[in-house]
Amino acid sequence: MAADGFLIESSTYLAAAVVSVPIAKRLGLGSVLGYLVAGLIIGPSVLGLVNAGADVMHVAEFGVVMMLFLVGLELQPDRLWAMRNAVVGLGGSQVVLTAAVVALAGYAIGLSFGPAVAIGLIAAMSSTAIVLQALAEKGLLKSPPGETSFAVLLFQDIAVIPILALMPLLAANAPVDAGSTHDAGLLADLPGWASTLLVFGAIGAIAVGGRYVVRPVFRAMAMTRLREIFTATALLLVAATALLMQTVGLSPALGAFLAGVVLADSEFRHEIETDIEPFKGLLLGLFFISVGAGIDLNLMMAKPLLLAGIVFGIVALKIAVVFPLARAARLARPDAWLTAIALSQIGEFAFVLLSFAGQNRILDDATRSLLTGAVALSMLTTPLLFIAFERIMANRTETGEERAADEIPERNKVIIAGFGRVGQIVGRLLLGRGISVTVLEHDAEQLEALRKYGFTLYYGDARRHDLLISAGADEASLLVVATDDKEATTEIVEMARRNFPNLTVVARAYDRSHAYELEKAGADRIIRETFAGGVEMATESLKAMGIPAFEAERSGRIFRRHDMESFNALREIRNKNVGDYSFAFRKRREDLARVLSRDLQTVPDLDESGWDSDSLRDEVRGAG
Amino acid sequence: MTRKVLVLFAHPAYRRSRINRALIDAVSGLEDVTIHDLYETYPDFAIDTDHEQALLLEHQVVVAQHPLFWYSCPAILKEWQDLVLEHGWAYGRHGRQLEGKLWLQSVTAGGRDTAYREDGFNKWTVEELLRPFEATANLCHMVWQKPFVVHATHVAGDAEAAAAAAAYRARILALRDGSPVRAVAS
Repeated sequence: MAADGFLIESSTYLAAAVVSVPIAKRLGLGSVLGYLVAGLIIGPSVLGLVNAGADVMHVAEFGVVMMLFLVGLELQPDRLWAMRNAVVGLGGSQVVLTAAVVALAGYAIGLSFGPAVAIGLIAAMSSTAIVLQALAEKGLLKSPPGETSFAVLLFQDIAVIPILALMPLLAANAPVDAGSTHDAGLLADLPGWASTLLVFGAIGAIAVGGRYVVRPVFRAMAMTRLREIFTATALLLVAATALLMQTVGLSPALGAFLAGVVLADSEFRHEIETDIEPFKGLLLGLFFISVGAGIDLNLMMAKPLLLAGIVFGIVALKIAVVFPLARAARLARPDAWLTAIALSQIGEFAFVLLSFAGQNRILDDATRSLLTGAVALSMLTTPLLFIAFERIMANRTETGEERAADEIPERNKVIIAGFGRVGQIVGRLLLGRGISVTVLEHDAEQLEALRKYGFTLYYGDARRHDLLISAGADEASLLVVATDDKEATTEIVEMARRNFPNLTVVARAYDRSHAYELEKAGADRIIRETFAGGVEMATESLKAMGIPAFEAERSGRIFRRHDMESFNALREIRNKNVGDYSFAFRKRREDLARVLSRDLQTVPDLDESGWDSDSLRDEVRGAG
Repeated sequence: MTRKVLVLFAHPAYRRSRINRALIDAVSGLEDVTIHDLYETYPDFAIDTDHEQALLLEHQVVVAQHPLFWYSCPAILKEWQDLVLEHGWAYGRHGRQLEGKLWLQSVTAGGRDTAYREDGFNKWTVEELLRPFEATANLCHMVWQKPFVVHATHVAGDAEAAAAAAAYRARILALRDGSPVRAVAS
């Protein structure tokens, strides 16, 4: 592609996204619908600015792979294992039942057996991209409908492999050479036992490689402290996994998902997540746009009724299958509706399966282009059905029917940024009180040493807004900024104050001047890192000189209070003169001078007269 | 029979006290007598309950020595009572760890003994004012001893201080060496 062409095309895609998605969001339609409509408008059917070629679609599909990788990252292996019944039971029933019902319907309207079953299998697939994106946007990924939908989608991803193997058998005519087909990979050429071995080999390679190769690599990359190399490593991991799976003939998305699961309990999880997230978002957008651009309006105009019939028929059938299944899985009625609607469209796998079916001469070209249109249109229906569902639920709620409370995903209430000498003490004390803590630390060496002792630690730079979001800053109540770098601390405090008004921010100040800065940055409580240590040293010195411990302790406490008063009293003066000098060291010197001169005037005495009887004794003696 | 004596000493401004210092000096260094300065041990008031209970178990006589502040004890001794004399340990159906131990209150008061009388300045005797401690010892199944009281510290001179110290030493030794439990010296 010529550079000019590339620039023109990227500008077109990006402009379409930038214009349409905010409008769609504003109208409450969700980003998916915005992308789809944007694609439809710039596509060949309307403006003809782009022709969503196979190469664009191919790049865009990588977005789906990344999304599955991110989903895997959120899912610890033991949680995945706990889901196995839902995946096999729900997912299996959904695929088999939907395929059977659609095939029967097709058979009933006069299709022959092979094409009817092929269409049934194609229709059974749902769109991982649309479902997960829409549920994530609504914050429902970890709710019962979200988890149920995910289990079904996961099974579908796995089911693609046997379906691809099954397709050639459905051809009525002589089957073509399967090896020449689009992405059957190595599997198609091998006998059964060898392909089974290959599948397990590939999955094993991901599991073992993820644990024993990828983690040390990430650790090493983290130590280079080069952001973009870490990002590159994360991208490479996803791309390489997808490549491996594709070579073997498995679903790249499935491979990426497994790679994600393997890394789900690694300390770099948050960091990888925030690195991949923007790429995923953009590529997924591109994916939706190309789906939108692929919608052939002329075809729709030619046979509008037939197309509408196919789309609504299939969507209705899919809902009719999933709803009772979800109810059987003990989901509340509204949750079951939500799951059924979420899974009601035909997914992107259908495009692959359709072209595969074409190569195997199961479906003729006219049927295929009709079905391709139907798939794209069905994707358009999902966001609309969601909107309709929400309207209905909103009305119901008003009329008093209770909606089951969403399950709140477990989040830690306290986030500690920086786990060095100071953060560790904070973390240990809070953990000791049974408060669970999310720790963000950007020094990988520090992490490595601490992991052994059972701390939950994540690698990452807390200055990054997105990292704080994935660490749960939206729901946390407290952020402890214990980083040792002055500038970094100030930046984190500013960023947190701007984006998370709910957070109470406790910050570690380098010195008095920095404490004033942090105050301005919006920290709620400021601890000067050396102050308490200094006071304690003074207290111990007093004791070493023979002063009773309680008296020394009181001197320390009184001094601390006096110093806080100085801190407050001098703030005004300091802020007034702040323009007079620009050098930080001068500012510090001025601060110290003011503090010392205030000490001379106002350091209070111990004042123990309450425990003393001098005046009383004088009175008594005077009287006696 | 020898009893081990634990002196719980509570004076927040020890260096300013003449009489209490004289008293503590008089019983320091005696065999089987442990001086436990609460303000020195817990300047932050963070009393270690387990440590304190272990100390109590090791001793058969507990002496609470303090100046009389507002007809009661300095704050840390109250804190000590609140935290150490736990329900289920010191009192309550299963709390019998202190049963049979002797409890002696040793207090210094600024006013003369005549001020601590029904017709006096303070209206009640020191022993009456110490009733909350007596009730505490009672609830903990301890044997309340007649308090050791030094009066008139405001006007006491060196001679009076020395006499009080000697009397205190004799009292502590008597408790340690198993002399009659109800012996009085004040």
